[in-house]
Amino acid sequence: MALKIVKGSIDRMFDKNLQDLVRGIRNHKEDEAKYISTCIDEIKQELKQDNIAVKSNAVCKLTYLQMLGYDVSWAAFNIVEVMSSSKFTYKRIGYLAASQCFHESTDVIMLTTNQIRKDLSSPNQYDTGVALTGLSCFVTPDLARDLANDIMTLMSHTKPYIRKKAVLIMYKVFLKYPESLRPAFPRMKEKLEDPDPGVQSAAVNVICELARRNPKNYLSLAPLFFKLMTSSTNNWVLIKIIKLFGALTPLEPRLGKKLIEPLTNLIHSRILLCLSSVAVLISLSSGMPNHSASIQGLCIVPRPLSVLSLFIVKYLGLLAMSKILKTHPKSVQSHKDLILQCLDDKDESIRLRALDLLYGMVSKKNLMEIVKKLMLHVDKAEGTTYRDELLTKIIDICSQSNYQYITNFEWYISILVELTRLEGTRHGHLIASQMLDVAIRVKAIRAFAVAQMATLLDNAHLLTGNTQHNGICEVLYAAAWICGEFSEHLEDPMATLEAMLRPKVATLPGHIQAVYVQNAAKLFSTVLRGQEGAPADSKVAQETSQLLIDRLPVFVQSANLEVQERASCILQLVKYIQKLQQKDVEVAEEVTALFAGELNPVAPKAQKKVPVPEGLDLDAWINEPPSGSESEDEGRKTKTKGKAVFAKEESRHTKPRYTEVDEKELAKRREVRKAEQANNPFYIKASPSSQKVYQEAVGVEHIPVVQIDLSVPLKVPGMPMSDQYVKQEEERREKNKADRKKKDKKKRREKGRQRRGDSGPESEEDITPAHMVDIVTEEMPENALPSDDDDKDPNDPHKVCDIQGNLHDGSQVVVSVIFENKCDSFIKSMEFNVMDSLNSKLQRPEGAGPHDSLTVPFQLPPGISNEARFIFSMQSIVMPQKLKGTLTFIVKVSWSCSPQRWLITTMCHLASTRRGRTKVGKMNLESGHVLLIWTRKSKRLRWYYRWREEREIQRWKYPWRI
Amino acid sequence: MIKFLLMVNKQGQTRLSKYYEQVDIEKRPSLETDVVKRCLSRKKEECSFVEYKDFKLVYRQYAALFIVVGISDTENELSIYELVHNFVEVLDKYFSRVVTQIMFNLDKVHIIIDEIIQNGHIVETNKNRILAPLLALDKMAEAH
Repeated sequence: MALKIVKGSIDRMFDKNLQDLVRGIRNHKEDEAKYISTCIDEIKQELKQDNIAVKSNAVCKLTYLQMLGYDVSWAAFNIVEVMSSSKFTYKRIGYLAASQCFHESTDVIMLTTNQIRKDLSSPNQYDTGVALTGLSCFVTPDLARDLANDIMTLMSHTKPYIRKKAVLIMYKVFLKYPESLRPAFPRMKEKLEDPDPGVQSAAVNVICELARRNPKNYLSLAPLFFKLMTSSTNNWVLIKIIKLFGALTPLEPRLGKKLIEPLTNLIHSRILLCLSSVAVLISLSSGMPNHSASIQGLCIVPRPLSVLSLFIVKYLGLLAMSKILKTHPKSVQSHKDLILQCLDDKDESIRLRALDLLYGMVSKKNLMEIVKKLMLHVDKAEGTTYRDELLTKIIDICSQSNYQYITNFEWYISILVELTRLEGTRHGHLIASQMLDVAIRVKAIRAFAVAQMATLLDNAHLLTGNTQHNGICEVLYAAAWICGEFSEHLEDPMATLEAMLRPKVATLPGHIQAVYVQNAAKLFSTVLRGQEGAPADSKVAQETSQLLIDRLPVFVQSANLEVQERASCILQLVKYIQKLQQKDVEVAEEVTALFAGELNPVAPKAQKKVPVPEGLDLDAWINEPPSGSESEDEGRKTKTKGKAVFAKEESRHTKPRYTEVDEKELAKRREVRKAEQANNPFYIKASPSSQKVYQEAVGVEHIPVVQIDLSVPLKVPGMPMSDQYVKQEEERREKNKADRKKKDKKKRREKGRQRRGDSGPESEEDITPAHMVDIVTEEMPENALPSDDDDKDPNDPHKVCDIQGNLHDGSQVVVSVIFENKCDSFIKSMEFNVMDSLNSKLQRPEGAGPHDSLTVPFQLPPGISNEARFIFSMQSIVMPQKLKGTLTFIVKVSWSCSPQRWLITTMCHLASTRRGRTKVGKMNLESGHVLLIWTRKSKRLRWYYRWREEREIQRWKYPWRI
Repeated sequence: MIKFLLMVNKQGQTRLSKYYEQVDIEKRPSLETDVVKRCLSRKKEECSFVEYKDFKLVYRQYAALFIVVGISDTENELSIYELVHNFVEVLDKYFSRVVTQIMFNLDKVHIIIDEIIQNGHIVETNKNRILAPLLALDKMAEAH
């Protein structure tokens, strides 16, 4: 044995340590991968040895390699071995490796539970410390549940070093195991007043994080935090506290008044804190009648922007401004010039921040001005990423909240057209979709848009000029579609048709060609109608057809299938039309009929809102996947399955057994649903008159629309057109104002002493849109569900950390469970068990162990149901808790007696609301829903159930089906 | 909260990484190169904050060494900016200004980081207290 140890230590002398490894990798720059793979082989050898020193050295090297991006999960077990070493020098390497490599799905973590528990209670404070630090990196729900108590005791350890770490790790434990929050909370609160500043700051950290999600529950801690804020000297802690107050003040306005003084003091004394405090001040003032605080705050914000040229402060100033913008948009708007200056900054971060601010600052009045400035920047901007960012921001700014700020859509279209001249942008698609959106939804603009698009198509060679693959040619997609769909507005459809069928089009991407071909057909129909309407000049009409017949074959040969198909379809059609034309038959009407009907925009959520018809199982196979053994009856099966998706009569075969609803029931439900929909005022029905209603609601008649004679501006190459609109717009507004003044005067004269506000500065409402803008609302499916909860994030781990209300201790909850046997077999020997959690316990007969299960006192013949009651003693049932339980039973099948075991996992979500302070202790449980789903594959039952309040007794009912 | 801490050299090689939010080991190298590229390309007179995807990067340069911290939106940028400096001062104090030492003693740097930051939050900013466990460890090693 001794010899072995000596031998081991001699071997060790030749082993590489971390330093050697680092140096080695540096010296093997050319063949790094090869060198590392030999190193890994060596490490594998070292890990096989018994000597813990060698092992820890190997693990240390693995940690380094892991950092370089090599997967070392194969060594997880060895890491656990090193972790369990008794010597701190080795143990810390193990924990370091674990904290770097382990994550929730690492399976060996289960093995560490006892080791960690041992380390946590070790007399050496560094053992405990290293265990706590490691645990914070890889804690799992299981570890959290098992170790919650141990960590909780550590929170009142004698050494502050341990206390602060334990306090901080509790946050992770709360996230993973929310049940621990309630019992641990009082102690956490105590730690806020801990004599050691480190522990204090840790507790502040944890509570701030918790409170950010749920500020209401932490309002009672406000006085404590107030004391901390005035006494603490730690800036990092102060920042956290100030942020916390920012969340609390909207809930308790009185708090705001108290805070103003200390906060303003802080602002003046410490620049570090300045910006976060300003943000809080602003949120304070929003809840208060007098705005003195906000004025004070605002005086400070511009200071860093203008006086201090420090770029960091500049950035933070802009950041703070964006926060102020949310509550006090007007006060930020006065700094518009300052912000526009920031757009010229060398620093990209600052420019992006400034752009963000502009987005929130636009109004009807300044939109054109701001966009004009941005367009200048687009021209100047170097580097495509920033330019693309500018482009998207321009479009965002203009299109925000349904084009709310755009008063002149002709201007917007010309801006979009100008943007297409950018070289090498990636956002052609974005511009295209905006063009489509505006052209479809703003009816008044279509004539103008079509004219613009026709010019675009005519100059398509400019867009596709340099490189074929640049994104801007996407715009042609929109242009072609708009010209085709609204071809009745075209001045010279023939010319556009000609432009769309140039041979060069064949070099465009496939999907654009397809649109070209399809819309050429639409244009063709318009051209035909125009020509036939005129005194019959069949020759011209035939020439048009000939043009198509000549040009389309290029597309028929296209490599893109869609282009091919559309082109050959249309080619045949045109050939047929030509034949008819030669016989002097009028075809225009019929050709137009091909493209009759208007396309309306569809809401983005529309597809999701279509309810799945009852009995339709989208996951069912339409065709059973081929399997060797069942090939004989596959045909038959496929037939029934295939039908089942569509035909209701057949669907009962394929329906999973648990949805046994007969036809009558279905019909009844449908009736009920229809009646409900008819009565529901929120139910959206797509009625043809909806657009009309919308117009009336806006009250178009009441808006004085000034007819301006807008001749379509001649396009001068090289000169941006949108500037003209800015000018026009200004003139128009002036005229408007003058008109209104005249009217006002008249009225005043007529009505004598009627009080009227001065028309002084132009306000938002005074600006009338240049066009009668009818923004077509998006269509929704006929029987959409009017729910709007799609945006909630179900994955937020914090929603479970929710303390509400109180309850006296030791309450009992009687849970009555109805078991119903729905299968054809006999069920017996049912045993029910629920694992005890921190504050709920299943009451068992005396003498039974804490893990014994309860026998359900009856057996279940097929089709029979019976009720069993279980009593839980609860310390608190007002917070959500998760009960894990099992139900074991034996199913007696005719041919054998096979025991079946099912694992039941239940999730009890109990929430209560206090009805005022006097009634603490009374529960008012929210009702949920009862549903039981048995997934066959995982052989697992999922329960969702309902709690109802009946004094102290809750009945828990659910149908039991097997 | 702090999402990760990186130490990289001017060539963009990662010298040390510490994650406080689980990131797949396969995704780490691409994230790191992307992050480092953004910070390295910036000039000295530009501000130390970069917005990146859904979080922010705060970085500081010390000679050839860059320290990059990824933080969530709710964290105060300036406080992290100062924290980085604090961290570097601790490193200076322990390794007495020898940068190469940092490279070869990564495990010790890890101990320092663990003392300062725990599960994404700042625990300790006092230099002496940060170094206390490390000095105790060194004493133990000498005793052997």
